[in-house]
Amino acid sequence: MEVPILKQGDYLIATFQAALTDEDLLQLQDALVARVGKFRSRGVIVDVTAMDVMDSFAARTLRALAHMVRLRGAETVIVGIQPEVAFAMVQLGLTLEGVATALDLEEALLLMNRRTKGANIRGR
Amino acid sequence: MEDDIRVPIASDADIVIARQQGRSLAERLGFAATDQTIIATAISEVARNIIKFAKRGEVILSPATKSVSHGIMVIARDQGPGIADIHLALQDGYTTGNGLGMGLPGCKRLMDEIEIKSEIGKGTMIMMKKWVL
Repeated sequence: MEVPILKQGDYLIATFQAALTDEDLLQLQDALVARVGKFRSRGVIVDVTAMDVMDSFAARTLRALAHMVRLRGAETVIVGIQPEVAFAMVQLGLTLEGVATALDLEEALLLMNRRTKGANIRGR
Repeated sequence: MEDDIRVPIASDADIVIARQQGRSLAERLGFAATDQTIIATAISEVARNIIKFAKRGEVILSPATKSVSHGIMVIARDQGPGIADIHLALQDGYTTGNGLGMGLPGCKRLMDEIEIKSEIGKGTMIMMKKWVL
């Protein structure tokens, strides 16, 4: 199942619709990294609210995605990790070190505006 | 009484099927939402190990009982290369693949019991149990 990617101004928003296979996750990673360049996006928001399980493969792929997006000059925020998913991740020993997270889309947009617009001002 | 659920594992889509079946059995057995996710996560890890190391195998999900408690039993088995050092495979950070070495040690933390039987060249059987509190 392909994850729809929405372009919203300077940002790309990818929303998981259901449980994803490893293949789906890798496809999403490739699509986002490519589209950051195509649309000259400043940020990527990945909404994982509908994700049933964050196992070691999913965590590794999201971390790699965030690092690749950063190398392409944009920021990534993961939103919507459910409480029981967070609980299982911690017990499994998984971290999303170096990856920004937010509670929901609204918080993610605020964080993203602060990060990308802030960088803009400092850059002048 | 619930029957055993057997999920053949041969592709990454089967990993998703196995963990979804595991979650719904856990729900029927009375596990709370957090434990359902924990069980589904552990199933995802052992099913992926099958794909990664053995290409194919199966996950068997069934109810478990122990004196007064009841719970779920997850068996993942394959006829792959086997694990040379089970003790080492259960250590955090130890990996022979390109993973994080979190899979088996992580499952040990997620579940209440884990037992691994493996023979080089013959295959691996991982049995995990979790009890309803």
